This record gives sequence, structure tokens and C-alpha cells, in this order.
Amino acid sequence: METNLCVAGFGGQGVMTLGKFLASATCDSTDKNVTFFPSYGAEQRGGTANCFVVISDEMVGAPLGDVMDDLIVMNGPSLNKFLSTLKPGGTLFINSSIVSDEISRDDVKVVKAPVTELALEMGNAKVLNVIMLGVYVGYTEVIAPEIVWETIEHKLGKKPKLLPLNKAAFEKGLEIGRSQK
Amino acid sequence: MARVFMKGCEAIAEAAVRAGCRFFAGYPITPQNEIPEYFARRLPEVGGVFVQGESEVASINMVYGAASAGTRSMTSSSSPGVALKSEGISYCASARIPMVYANISRGGPGVGSIQPAQMDYFQATKASGNGGFRMRVYAPSTVQEAVDMTYNAFDYADQDRNPVLILADGVIGTMMEPVVLPEMKSDEEVAAIKESKKSWACIGHKLDYANRAWIQPGQWSTAVQQECNETARDLYASWIPEVEEYQLEDAEIVIAAYGISARISKSVVDLLRKEGIKVGLIRPMTVYPFPYAAFDHIDYGKCKAVLDVEMSIPAQFVEDVAVAVKERCPIETCLCSGGNIMSRDAVIAAVKKINEK
Repeated sequence: METNLCVAGFGGQGVMTLGKFLASATCDSTDKNVTFFPSYGAEQRGGTANCFVVISDEMVGAPLGDVMDDLIVMNGPSLNKFLSTLKPGGTLFINSSIVSDEISRDDVKVVKAPVTELALEMGNAKVLNVIMLGVYVGYTEVIAPEIVWETIEHKLGKKPKLLPLNKAAFEKGLEIGRSQK
Repeated sequence: MARVFMKGCEAIAEAAVRAGCRFFAGYPITPQNEIPEYFARRLPEVGGVFVQGESEVASINMVYGAASAGTRSMTSSSSPGVALKSEGISYCASARIPMVYANISRGGPGVGSIQPAQMDYFQATKASGNGGFRMRVYAPSTVQEAVDMTYNAFDYADQDRNPVLILADGVIGTMMEPVVLPEMKSDEEVAAIKESKKSWACIGHKLDYANRAWIQPGQWSTAVQQECNETARDLYASWIPEVEEYQLEDAEIVIAAYGISARISKSVVDLLRKEGIKVGLIRPMTVYPFPYAAFDHIDYGKCKAVLDVEMSIPAQFVEDVAVAVKERCPIETCLCSGGNIMSRDAVIAAVKKINEK
């Protein structure tokens, strides 16, 4: 069993952090093999950024697959760039706050979450990635939500002030993910 | 042993610290910046010294100096930066100074691209500087292997009194993966390693002319130079290559690849074996010395072709593969370059094309 995930968006949306939280939680709590591979240009904030996470029971061959089982897109350009890599029957997770394009394929499952709006409602635009991570984990159950939360908690250890907000964001995401199953 | 989730570059740096590396000098370049960044934070914790040099040339010469004084020392860079360091590396080889350096290679030639590539094969294995010296060159294909190879590289460097190169690429350097880290050498062990170099290193005041590499100004002897070169030649000839042979026995198509390309190719072997296509893999773990003998284990009665898979156009690694295959079967190539990463589908297509012949 191997899951290939691509997370794509603008630099500054926390795309890398989302992928890293998921991959790191997998390393900490399971015997599975996991890789995280970032891909970005010379620019950062505002440029395009994407990362690949592979979670596998076997050895991971290519840390970036040609065909994705799951795709998370946080902005419009990412949808155009990566939609064709999603396998038939794969799942597309979409930031419906800013991606308004029609989905040009009918052979994939679509999970919509307005994470930019939700994050703003929560008072901090930065947590959109944690909401989306919740959506992904809630929908796929690729690993247990508690484990992912423990990893987030650990990574934010130096900034305990941010924990309640992130906890709320993660749980909001889980709820959305579970409700669309 | 506990697994930790680490980026290739950071894991290389931590492995070096655990092996007793106490001096690092480098100059920033993508995609290896996490190596100096990690050392900058980590070395002061263990009583080591980190210097960001004013250039690549300055950095390699600082490493030359620190290693000459017996301290386990390292530098790292990426392709064009390694080219700038070549003079210093050659000087280390000439003076028989042990040090370790890593090339997290990117596209070329020239400034190329900041994306991963395997375009420094000739530079790494044939001509890392002037004067025809050689080094053990390790080519990791996982982060774990990068850790283990870096850790052992310091022992090899000391044993040989010669530089050792870790030839990785931008994928291995920037990807994160679970690793088990090797044991941390104690302060006593690190001190003992330095002490053991006293006969030749610049430690203390007593000169030991018999064991030290030294030059008397104005009295350079060509006979002595030749002797040194002969000794070095014998050293290089004593090295034993390391290689992984995978599913080779009944293979009708054999992929030859190293580093990240080999890792991707190995997964192709597994996938195609499930479809009944008999594919095997030869993966040099040292690209110098090159494991030519592994290619004698191919059953050329069955083998349709050897497929060279590498992220370099024009192909470079293929030249050593050709020497090893000795025209016993055709050699095909599957290549990409310029910062494009080898795709699994491209390798699958290349194997199938040979299989259909």
C-alpha cells in the first residue's frame, strides 16, 4: 500500500508545513516508510510552492510520483498545474475560498473546504493549512488524528500561545473532512 | 533504535558531528544550504567551530588548514561551488590531508539550475581538480545511506589520509525521510582521533620529517614527487568498490544507475517484476572506485540490454558502464537533465521499449 500526495499552493500558505506535519507524524508514530520532498523556485512568498508526501508499507522508490492518489490545492494555478497528475478515482482537496474554477474532470472525488475564509473567521489567516490538514486526515484517515495533533503540538512547542487556535483549526478541518466522506 | 524525521542535508551534518567532525567552513549555495545552517547551530554545542567563509575558495582552504592540524573537518557545496573548491581539494589530496566534502549537486554546466541533477559525475570521479588524484566517492540513494556513508567517510579519510567525497543530489539533500542516527563519538574518542594523527599533523612543535608531507622551499625534487604519486596510485588501487546487485540472476534487462536515479529504478524493478518483466539493477554505492566486476554477474546469454538511467545529458556515468559491459550486450539510456527529476514512468517506458524488441 502506497499513498502519493501532492500539496500545492502559493508560497506563504503553509503548504510545506502541512506536508511536513503529516510526514513527520507518520514517522513518529508508525513503522511505515515516508518521504517528504519540497519543490519551490528561487522565490518564496507569493511564488508557487508544492511538496510531495509518500507514505508506504514498502520501501519508497520515487519521493515524487508521477501519479497522485490525493491532491491538495490551495490556489487556482495549482489546480491547473496538478489536476492531470491525479489518478482516476483519486481525491482532490480544494481550498474553495479562492479556487472558483470548474473541475474539468468527473473521474475524481472532490472535497471542498473554504479554508481561507474559515481561517480569517478564526482570527488568523495563517492557520488555513492546519484546517486543510484536518480536512485531509479527517477524510482519508491515512493516520490517526490524535497522532497528527501530537506532532503539531510538539512542533509548536516553543509557541504555546498558538496551540488553542491551531487545535480549533485542526478540529474544524477534521469535522469538514469527516462530513464529506 | 528510534527513527527521526530529517532532511538529507541536516542528516549529513548531524552524521558528521557524530563522527567527530569539529570544523566546518562553507559558503552558501542552493540546494545544500541546510548543511552549513545546521553546522552553524550544532558545532558550537559540541565545542566545534563553524565558519562561513567569504568564498568557496576561502572555505576549502580553511578546511585544508583545520584538517592539517588533525581535526576532523568538512565542507560542502553544490556543483558550481564544488568547481571553485577544486584547487583546495587537489591540495588536500597532494598533501595527503584527510577531509570530507559533500556535493549536493544541481543542474549544469555553469550556474545551471538550482534543481537536482547528476551532472557532476566526471568531476566527481575523474577530475575533481588538477593532478589526477583520486578519492573514494560515495553515492547515497536514501537519507539513511547519506548518514551512514558520511559517518564512515571520516574513518576512510583518516585511514587513507585522503579526501572523501559524498556525491548526493538535490533530491537526497532536500527530501525528508526517517533515519536512525549513528552513535555520537565521545569527547575522549574525538580527542584520541586527533592524537592519533600526531605523527604527521601540525600538532605540537616537534617536526617529524619522515611522516609529514612537507616541502623544503626551493628544493622540490621530481623523484620525490614521482614517489608520492606512486604511493598514491597504490593507495587508490587498494580500495574496494561497494555495490548493490538487485534481482540480477535471471534479469533480461539490467538497469545501471546510482544515487536518486537508482532509488527510482529500484522501485521500477519491483513494479515491472509484478508484470512478469525480468528486470535487475546494478547500483554502485561507490562511483569511485567503480564496481566494474558487478557487471560480470549479468547473464549475457539472457540479457537484452543494459539500461543506463541518469540525470545527465549528455550521459556521463554510461562511460563507466560501457567499460564494465565490454560490449557483451547493447547499452541503452534513459536520461533527463537541467534540473528535471527522473520520472518513474520514463524508466518504465524505457525498459518496456527494450523488452518489446
